[in-house]
Amino acid sequence: MRLSPDEIIFLQHGFLKLNATIVFTWGLMLVLAMGAKLITRKLSIGLKRSRWQNLLEIVVTGIEKQIEEVGLSQPQKYLGFLGTLFLFVAAASLCTVIPGYEPPTGSLSTTAALALCVFVAVPFFGIEEQGVGNYLKSYVKPTFIMLPFNIISEVSRTLALAVRLFGNMMSGVMIIGILLTITPFIFPIIMTALGLLTGMVQAYIFSILAAVYIAAATRVRKPTPEPEAKH
Amino acid sequence: MDNMTIIAVASIVIAGITTGFGTMAPALGEGRSVAAALSSLAQQPDASATITRTLFVGLAMIESTAIYCFVVSMILIFANPFWNHVIAQATGK
Repeated sequence: MRLSPDEIIFLQHGFLKLNATIVFTWGLMLVLAMGAKLITRKLSIGLKRSRWQNLLEIVVTGIEKQIEEVGLSQPQKYLGFLGTLFLFVAAASLCTVIPGYEPPTGSLSTTAALALCVFVAVPFFGIEEQGVGNYLKSYVKPTFIMLPFNIISEVSRTLALAVRLFGNMMSGVMIIGILLTITPFIFPIIMTALGLLTGMVQAYIFSILAAVYIAAATRVRKPTPEPEAKH
Repeated sequence: MDNMTIIAVASIVIAGITTGFGTMAPALGEGRSVAAALSSLAQQPDASATITRTLFVGLAMIESTAIYCFVVSMILIFANPFWNHVIAQATGK
């Protein structure tokens, strides 16, 4: 039994290994990038547009709306980063319907890389939005005693992001693998369908959490007006 | 019992206990949070978008503790470092 697609090795040349994780990651990247390029080759701004353009518009506006609802007022700025995270993780789990495919997010290396991107992006966007001084000041809020805890939370949430995605993807593959030996008919299909659902939920959660972290880092502190009393 | 048997038995038993006990608390927590979300949805259907999103994020947070337990038990079964060490020693001799 394999724990991750890292252990399927296609080519080995000394220290360099070409394992399934790398192959499927690059395959997904090619499919996503080429697909986007092909679809956006001839865009129309009229009412008559191609089906694929409709699909992409739905996806992009949907992601934009979600980012805005989290509290980032300019979603276009973060669309590239958060949208890419969502689309990659979602595509990685959706492609599990293809036989012989292993989700690259079922490897801790991939998820750690994605989580590291979030780890770097949060201070980047935070500094861009409110300057170095103000961003660093957010670490000593509300008091100076909170400084170590704030730093620990930065690191631990990155670890949690990585392990959460890895665990969910790995468990999906593992459960199907175990079920295949017990009940080879029909039932694994149901679990595969469930795996598709959890894959989408995990993609959503990964990007929403990244958006929440960025929103927390970019929030410029303003005196909030007193909310009106509701009847 | 020799070392290999002890390690095998301990790994398998602990792997089961880890997942079994580790999923209890998150299950209770998820049940409570879903119940709270449902009652607040019934009270304020207008806020359904916010409640659902917060619920999903919170559920993911709670669920990750169960996932950690699962990862630990999977490591104990499929990638056990102690087992690998004993096997390496046995074959090295």
